[in-house]
Amino acid sequence: MLERTVDLEKLDPEVRQHEVSRLRHAFDLDRRNFFKLLGGGLLVGVAAGRVIAQESGGSAHHEHEISKSLDSWLHIDENGRVTVFTGKVEVGQNVRTSLAQQVAEELRVPLASVHMLMGDTELTPYDMGTFGSRTTPHMGTQLRTVAVSARTVLIEMAAKRWSADESNLQAQDGKIRDAKSGRTITYGELVGGQKLATVIPDDPDLTPAKEWKIVGTSAPKKDGRDFVTGAHKYSTDVSLPRMLHGKIVRPNAFHAKLISCDTSQAEKIPGVSVVRDGDFVGVSAPDVMTADRAAESIRVQWDAPSQISDSELFDHLRKASKQDDDDRDQFVVGSVQQARGRAAKTLKATYTVAYIAHTPLEPRAAVAEWKDGKLTVWTGTQRPFAVRDELAQTFHLSENDVRVIVPDTGSAYGGKHTGEAAVEAARLAKAAGKPVKLIWSREEEFTWAYFRPAGVIDVASGVNADGTLVFWEYDNYNSGPSAMRTPYEVPNQRIEFHPADTPLRQGSYRSLAAAANHFARESHMDELAHELKMDPLELRMKNLKNERLRGVFQAAAEKFGWDKVKNTPGRGFGMGGGVEKGGYVAACAEVRVQHGAVKVVRAVEAFDCGAVVNPQGLKNQISGALVQGLGGALFEAIRFENGRILNPHLAQYRVPRFSDAPEVEVVLVDRKDQPSAGAGEIPLTGIAPAVANAIFSATGVRVRSMPMVPAGLPQTVSNKTA
Amino acid sequence: MAITLLVNGSERAVDVQPEKPLLYVLRDDLGLTGTKYGCGEGQCSACTVLVEGYPVRSCRMEVSSAVGKKITTIEGLARGEKLHPAQQAFLEVEAFQCGYCTPGMIVAAAALLERNPHPSDQQIISHMDGNICRCGTYGRIIEAVHRAAELHRSQRNA
Repeated sequence: MLERTVDLEKLDPEVRQHEVSRLRHAFDLDRRNFFKLLGGGLLVGVAAGRVIAQESGGSAHHEHEISKSLDSWLHIDENGRVTVFTGKVEVGQNVRTSLAQQVAEELRVPLASVHMLMGDTELTPYDMGTFGSRTTPHMGTQLRTVAVSARTVLIEMAAKRWSADESNLQAQDGKIRDAKSGRTITYGELVGGQKLATVIPDDPDLTPAKEWKIVGTSAPKKDGRDFVTGAHKYSTDVSLPRMLHGKIVRPNAFHAKLISCDTSQAEKIPGVSVVRDGDFVGVSAPDVMTADRAAESIRVQWDAPSQISDSELFDHLRKASKQDDDDRDQFVVGSVQQARGRAAKTLKATYTVAYIAHTPLEPRAAVAEWKDGKLTVWTGTQRPFAVRDELAQTFHLSENDVRVIVPDTGSAYGGKHTGEAAVEAARLAKAAGKPVKLIWSREEEFTWAYFRPAGVIDVASGVNADGTLVFWEYDNYNSGPSAMRTPYEVPNQRIEFHPADTPLRQGSYRSLAAAANHFARESHMDELAHELKMDPLELRMKNLKNERLRGVFQAAAEKFGWDKVKNTPGRGFGMGGGVEKGGYVAACAEVRVQHGAVKVVRAVEAFDCGAVVNPQGLKNQISGALVQGLGGALFEAIRFENGRILNPHLAQYRVPRFSDAPEVEVVLVDRKDQPSAGAGEIPLTGIAPAVANAIFSATGVRVRSMPMVPAGLPQTVSNKTA
Repeated sequence: MAITLLVNGSERAVDVQPEKPLLYVLRDDLGLTGTKYGCGEGQCSACTVLVEGYPVRSCRMEVSSAVGKKITTIEGLARGEKLHPAQQAFLEVEAFQCGYCTPGMIVAAAALLERNPHPSDQQIISHMDGNICRCGTYGRIIEAVHRAAELHRSQRNA
């Protein structure tokens, strides 16, 4: 039977929220293999277990392991071609390009000569996964450090070769130049056919952002041409000789047990291989049609327990919260109890968010091949090493006998942390004795993946007549603690996260609970502003000291023309913002409401994530995240009843389309004096409250649930304003 | 069943079930994997190809009804090394993130430009509203279609 164990270790809370399974790894890198693969040249490594930027996660290496092993991060061959190894994966966030820029900058080579080898468990150093906006701050720093080290070694080599003084030598454009004599030598000539390996020394100085020449520019996407010609191969496009196509027979409800199973019809179909292993039933066949037909011919009976439905969801989450759980996250300042009586005005409100689906356009998929006892799987996952471990555990293999390769993937949004499709394809391939490709159908993707957690958030607050916050009480049930604390200055606070028993399988989603917590907090701030008859921007500024967050609010308001807009019936304006993971976001939105239909017509978002690595790529992330955030804000919700998903199709689960996208303006606040933070997630979080507040401004109706208007507003509401 | 298809200007013989969706024939039998599976329900348009110049969701078309018709996939748009204006424009504007919807978007845009060399924003939106970009790159795609229209017109006039 296929079993997947999740053994959550004591990890930092951020990682836990991303549904991380165990962390255990062993390096067995043999440097000679690298030279075989890449030819001679210079290989830059880092002693395994020595973590420069605290990325690799876990530090279970013993001394003797460290001395023996070396993770290879960068190789320069005799033609000057630079290969960079990273376990990070490209899922559309453009890190193949942004990381290459950072290497090119520090190594002083043209960007075109940098080749990124990503997400291959056999070739790249261990990596915990691509999530949590960690690629830029952690992997970026790691690769920059490696590249500086390589540059230093190259200078040393040139100095030795020329018997020159190192201080006269400069690295630029893939060459070392002797300032005194004017002679130059390319990196390729310098490393020649030698087999040199070096370990990076103490953490060297990185080039400051103000001196960047390649980082900070809008370098075009690496391999961009392959994406417009259809040449890029996603996991779903991988094809192997003799490969079969798989199909899984799914239970009729969650937690169902198999009662009976008759596979006799399927077994009669030529070329079909059938697997029945515990509750797992699947087939593989030479083509998709035959696999589908074989799967349909299998007669199965399931027994499913009765389960919570969406109509009872929010009551359930509150009731099923684990008050004494270790996961409970509490933050207290001052005393809310004592402050309660001192506020001039108090306000209490409850906000809810639904389960939503990531809906990556490329569904989960894998191609699995067994050869000489070794398993290779091509799959789109954010955590290739975790999937490797999942496969090794499931099939009782050594990690060395499993290789996971992640081609640049048709996105993930936090939804591809796990290896279901990989395990299933491998199980089918093992039975068939041939490689198997398995592509989940859209219905499977909507049902058998995991969801962004639903949640209930209670907020109670008190303010002085001048708008100064007096107390802030905040309880989040199940949605998650990310960005739960308020960035506003409040002398008395109690903020708490209550994990709950979740009826649906839930996990990481782009920005985690930051979207829900921003929605609740920033809606509530808007409610307070209206109670006080204050401008919402003014109320925020009054209670906000954080200079960078003030900066993005002001930048967004200015671009939007906040001080000039005037709401009228059916036309309103709102704002929302916050900070998480080093990303400061503020969004303003204009909403039109006509006959109950809500349309976001214009949005401005200001974002500050420190020194910008690639402005065009960053803008793409920000405007895209904003559009994706609109889906969860306005209409996305997974509906479910008694263990079954009721809307597992794109015709029923609405995602944003062209006609839903507003005119979006992005303001980049480029802070060269600040370290670069990740930007894949937080730009999603400002838009929902901005829209909720704009709906109120347009109609006087306060919407406290996401999605806000899955079926529009009642026809009559657009007659009033806030 | 032996079937001959006219794909990207070549006759291609395949032996498949007549009701097999054109998408799977292109991808699995002809190795033209640029056309993507996104939903199999005709809802996302990642599988868009041109049949006689019109955009068709290949996941919903049985291969038997494509016999004798000119089929163009993303792989058939470029002329040798020279990209189709829509491809060129998407690349220039960088109108993609993960890129999975891109072939369907480009094919849909190419079909639009054949009939409407001067599309307005609204015409682009209504023509392409069936194409989902889950990364939310819509604004840039509209910009890219305008740029493609420009390139397309200048090529026609050249």
